[in-house]
Amino acid sequence: MRFFDLFELPVSFQIDSDLLLERYREIQKKVHPDNHANASDNEKLLSVQRASEVNDAYETLKKPLNRAEYMVSEHGFDVRHEQHTIRDGVFLMQQMELREELEELESASDIEAAFDRFYADIKKLMTEYTTKFESEFEQGSYELAADAVRKLRFIYKLKDEAQQIEEKLLDF
Amino acid sequence: MALLQIAEPGQSANPHEHKLAIGIDLGTTNSLVASVRSGEAKVLPDSQGRFSLPSVVHYGADRSVTVGFDAKTNAEHDPENTIVSVKRFLGRGLADIQSTYGKLPYIFVEKENKLSLLTSQGEKNPIEVSAEILYVLKQQAESTLGGDLVGAVITVPAHFDDAQRQGTKDAAQLAGINVLRLINEPTAAAVAYGLDSGQEGIVAIYDLGGGTFDISILRLNKGVFEVLSTGGDTALGGDDFDSKIVESILAKAGIDTELSAKSLRKLADLGCKIKEQLSDIDSVDYEIEIESETTPQKISGSFSKQDFENSIADLVKSTLRSCRRALKDADVEKDQVLEVVMVGGSTRVPFVREQVKAFFDKEPLTSIDPDQVVAIGASIQADLLAGNKPDSDMLLLDVTPLSLGLETMGGLVEKVIPRNTTIPVARAQEFTTYKDGQTMMAIHVLQGERELVDDCRSLARFVLKDIPPLTAGIAVIRVTFNIDADGLLSVTALEKSTGVESSIQVKPSYGLEQFEIADMIKSSMTNAKEDIQARMLREQQVDAIRMMEALDAAMTESPELLLDDDQLAIEQAIGKLKLATKGTDGQAIKHAIKFLDDTSQPFAARRMENSIKVALTGHSVDKV
Repeated sequence: MRFFDLFELPVSFQIDSDLLLERYREIQKKVHPDNHANASDNEKLLSVQRASEVNDAYETLKKPLNRAEYMVSEHGFDVRHEQHTIRDGVFLMQQMELREELEELESASDIEAAFDRFYADIKKLMTEYTTKFESEFEQGSYELAADAVRKLRFIYKLKDEAQQIEEKLLDF
Repeated sequence: MALLQIAEPGQSANPHEHKLAIGIDLGTTNSLVASVRSGEAKVLPDSQGRFSLPSVVHYGADRSVTVGFDAKTNAEHDPENTIVSVKRFLGRGLADIQSTYGKLPYIFVEKENKLSLLTSQGEKNPIEVSAEILYVLKQQAESTLGGDLVGAVITVPAHFDDAQRQGTKDAAQLAGINVLRLINEPTAAAVAYGLDSGQEGIVAIYDLGGGTFDISILRLNKGVFEVLSTGGDTALGGDDFDSKIVESILAKAGIDTELSAKSLRKLADLGCKIKEQLSDIDSVDYEIEIESETTPQKISGSFSKQDFENSIADLVKSTLRSCRRALKDADVEKDQVLEVVMVGGSTRVPFVREQVKAFFDKEPLTSIDPDQVVAIGASIQADLLAGNKPDSDMLLLDVTPLSLGLETMGGLVEKVIPRNTTIPVARAQEFTTYKDGQTMMAIHVLQGERELVDDCRSLARFVLKDIPPLTAGIAVIRVTFNIDADGLLSVTALEKSTGVESSIQVKPSYGLEQFEIADMIKSSMTNAKEDIQARMLREQQVDAIRMMEALDAAMTESPELLLDDDQLAIEQAIGKLKLATKGTDGQAIKHAIKFLDDTSQPFAARRMENSIKVALTGHSVDKV
């Protein structure tokens, strides 16, 4: 896979983030437009393009959800842009319950503690589906791996929403 | 390989010769220029030894244009023609300005999304006014440094949007300055401090200037300055502190009628004076004569430190809210912040320092003059970009401060690049037609964090034509956003099945078109002395020399990447360019540059890929 190859890292969800960061910096020191400020127009363009790609690759591998999405997209499952509905009734029911729980957090007596509990629940789900994604991916069941990533997208989105609500409530 | 023997007067054929480059802090109230000389970055004083130039431009009825201290003395008696704090108007429309700044002593004219100020010398665009300031700084630098500049790094508030950045770059072009890079003010400050201390870790830069507030969170590591997040307010600064004082004085005196331009200017100056005095003493007595409904009126009283702190408390609180958000965006806790750096004149206000200290629970750093630190940092980066430090390990990785998106159905904004994404960046999004046989699609580019189009800033609109008439939902239109290292956006749209393309360098509303800039250069007062033809020729010659030097260095450095055919072709192209450079035909030089550029392209590409390999294998353990 292109992005893993770029940083000379093995294709795996488990990633050495320190090594990734170190290699990202080393590569940017070479390709970044600041190192080509005196170059010809073609070389400047080349440098902007290369630096953009390196930034994109780093951003993609750095964050777990992006990394998982990228890994399945390389096997033909573009979960980020597809119109796909999850049909797993149990999962959807669980999501609805979590959403209801989120709405009720506002009226909790200790808001911060309530949010902390909520985040802990979300984290459990993240771990569950991340593990599922990893094992399906390793076995080459990309369809099932993609399904786990779709669910992870739901869970991450819920976390973002929770954080936004918390921000508003606590007057950030 | 001795390829070059061209030495123009004032230029050297020796590529290792120190090139003159400057850093400019184009501030709301004051502007500065700095340069690295004998390894030391210093602000360059004017002929009278003053370090900062007031960002004030006066257009006299006698066609004279004065900038700086002389212009400032005119502010009170000729307020309509004395443009103060023009930076606040860059890339802004009239409605914006009026809602943000209230009463101002200027006559604004707005036509077709272009804003100007009506002066005794006609309409002046904020970009032209800014160019006057830049021109003076450039002259000052050239006379101090004694030579032609290869270029400048100009700083902008981190929170500036695309229109404001583009406006700044256009102003530099008008002033005849080659912009090496636009960099963010807090990032520049971090460079000035970082190189000084050599520290590693998380740093927060709190930058409160005359008209803008920025907060940036950076991670410093082995010469890499990585901006993790940035935030702020482009319309909050020391000027607003002054206005708060004025509001409070007028309220006390019970005045709520329309005031004359002169009175407004006088009051603004009074506000500023009171603010400055309150840094040292606890209370200031004032007396001022103003015209209210054409009747002169005297108001007097005393203004205490407590009054001042009460009136600015909300403003300062709002800066701290931005700090909290920036920390969160960076995914950093307060106690991970190693240092807090204070930048900008308004951080001299003791109340601001106290509040920042309390927020971060840390004594903020003020060891470099907060007025000079940005210009100093910019000059260090300019020195690097000019190629004076080939062995430097320093690299700035900055981010885009605001999310960029496109309008979709129902007046909603679909984000394409979220805020705090490291630049340069390219991102694409695909859309489809919603009507059968639709052959055109309007593309509306927006900047901001909100979900509704009306709440975001409109950057540009363009139309992709000649889409093949297909059933709704079949045509695939790919819109690509590119943000370059200056933080400037360009957008391209492509229909995938036919390859029909439409692209624009986003020229935002309230910006200038390229031909307008060219016209302004021709007609501008400041440049009338220079022969435009001569200037263009000179620029082409400098470009040619720079390019041949760079190529020479590259060929010497990596001869192994030079294939036999390349070498011959490149040498021939260099020969052509050398010949053209000796002539006086600017156009011929331009063509020869382009030819050499295209000829050496494969070599440049090989070098780029090779440099990545070298960067990794040098550090990789599994590779021996």
